[in-house]
Amino acid sequence: MIHSSQGGTSLLEVDGLSVDYGLKGVSSRAIDSVSFALRAGEAVGLVGESGSGKTTTAMAIAGLLSPNARVSGGQVRYRGNRLPIDDDAAMRPHRWSETSVVFQGAMNALNPVHRIIKQIAEPCMLKLGMSRGEATARARELLEFVGIPTDRGSAYPHELSGGMRQRVMIAMALACRPSIIIGDEPTTALDVITQAQILKLLGELRSQLNLALILITHDLSVVAESCDRVMIMYAGRIVEDGSVAEIFAQPKHPYTRLLIESIPNPASGKKMIRPIPGDPPNLVNRPLGCAFHPRCPSAMAVCATEVPSLDKLGRGRVACHLHRSSQDKVAVHA
Amino acid sequence: MPDTADILRLESLQVHFPIQGGLFDRVLGRPAGAVRAVDGIDLNIGRGEIVALVGESGSGKTTVGRVITKLAQPTGGKLLFEGRDMTAERGSSALRPYRHRVQMIFQDAYQALNPRHTVFDIVAEPLRSLRLVKNNAQLTERVSEALAAAGLNPPDDFFARFPHELSGGQRQRVVIAGALAVRPELIVADEPVSMLDVSIRAQILQVLVDLRAKHSMALLFITHDLPLAWLIADRIAVLYLGKLVEIGTADEITFNPCHPYTVALRNATPQVGANAGRAELPALQGEVPSAARVPKGCRFHPRCPLAFDRCRQEEPPAIEVGPQHLSACWLAK
Repeated sequence: MIHSSQGGTSLLEVDGLSVDYGLKGVSSRAIDSVSFALRAGEAVGLVGESGSGKTTTAMAIAGLLSPNARVSGGQVRYRGNRLPIDDDAAMRPHRWSETSVVFQGAMNALNPVHRIIKQIAEPCMLKLGMSRGEATARARELLEFVGIPTDRGSAYPHELSGGMRQRVMIAMALACRPSIIIGDEPTTALDVITQAQILKLLGELRSQLNLALILITHDLSVVAESCDRVMIMYAGRIVEDGSVAEIFAQPKHPYTRLLIESIPNPASGKKMIRPIPGDPPNLVNRPLGCAFHPRCPSAMAVCATEVPSLDKLGRGRVACHLHRSSQDKVAVHA
Repeated sequence: MPDTADILRLESLQVHFPIQGGLFDRVLGRPAGAVRAVDGIDLNIGRGEIVALVGESGSGKTTVGRVITKLAQPTGGKLLFEGRDMTAERGSSALRPYRHRVQMIFQDAYQALNPRHTVFDIVAEPLRSLRLVKNNAQLTERVSEALAAAGLNPPDDFFARFPHELSGGQRQRVVIAGALAVRPELIVADEPVSMLDVSIRAQILQVLVDLRAKHSMALLFITHDLPLAWLIADRIAVLYLGKLVEIGTADEITFNPCHPYTVALRNATPQVGANAGRAELPALQGEVPSAARVPKGCRFHPRCPLAFDRCRQEEPPAIEVGPQHLSACWLAK
């Protein structure tokens, strides 16, 4: 049922997770039966457009869902134990110590009136029970680790550039020695050269500390360069899951294929603009059947009525009727 | 390309924003500094040409766009439209004919649209204020035409809608329709797709490319994304700290970049699929310096992996390295 794409024991297992948001009495499903497993030290990209549920999935794992969200099904297991993801207080020992989050807007996530060294030292005092002196020493060590000169520790967030602030966020996330880091669009607000520096840093930390990384992004090309595996989300469901190499070479879901084709790629030499027709789906009024069918160039009659399940295909998984029928055909021939 | 073919020319364009010193500085007579946002740019845009202006935040790319649309006043150099000097033109009535021909598309469609106006009123506004229509029938016709050209079909369905009723892609189309309504000959588009989802981006790019094909409209496409610039533009101009470091055809800049900064930008851009010859230069360290303290000599030298003595002393001129290909680097040949 649960399987990681390359085998091995799982650090984190997400099993049939569904989350609803209540809005003025109307409930809309943000993520629907999301299942995947994460191994220690693995880097997985969670890719989707706005409203695809990628952030909700990650926030659910970290137990940081907003008050109007409700876990309506499924569970999350960490090292085999079920996590109380909808209980804020019960999640506290786990959060930051086992799973921590690097948020997108570092300026909003940092406290503007405290020096950065204090902000990094704080979780060490609260979570690891260090004294102020020990925590400050640890904070200094962390600053150096993420490539900030330690004398910048006395700076306030507004005195730092965007890239430096994002490094502070990473230092804070590392403070309690977690096993999983969730990066929620950690480089989206940054310039390309700074983005490359931050992605390089995350890659180095990952291999040095054997960290598992869940990288949430809308940018497939970022995933192509920094992850082992990628999961594509559309309208709250995982539509495809596989290794980065396989997905980019042979995308199986039509949405994945169109997404890859819509990225300008000078290496391909083809100057072609290929729009994906239509608009992203409305979650309150989700299309019946496969949510992508109104925009899908390969849609069949069954796509409008039946939701395709996420089935194993080759070494990955795909949720598409096209592949189910080919599997059935293979079965018949065999 | 002969001069007459150019719709727009910038000659040593300069925009310096003064820094107000404190009272103490003024009493002591310390000179006030300036943020050199744009620091001497030469650029021409041909009729029906798409030029991409590529740079990081703080490079001055938006300021260039604002000068062209007369939303910012240059402190030096010239802005020529069809050979006519527009640098000193001011005032809404004097600029009316110019605004009719040059329009701007802003990045953030959420902020560029008045939330209390309907789509019809938003698109009709420039037509009304520039007095381009005689009666209501004509107005409706022009609004319909602009909405259809921006890909909002059928146009009548959108007339009475408010911005909050539209998706992000539709909002950006309304912004484009507003710019198109006056049938401009040059559009300055400032990061028109960077706020949009990937699947919607290509739709908007298609609209812009179609406009050029149908109405031979020129476009200055401002972006931070080099592959995107390659996809849409005929030529690419790379801006660093207020100055053009390299300019050439889209293919030349993408496949044969000369300036170390362009090479670094290309290398830092994540790409799908393996790219041969990536790590020719080490990754750039540090960050873009402040435009209030522009380094002496070549402004890129503190971060340049290839910098030598001359770069620290003298600012390199734009050197021709190929047909239509200029690079401001002492190593350019």
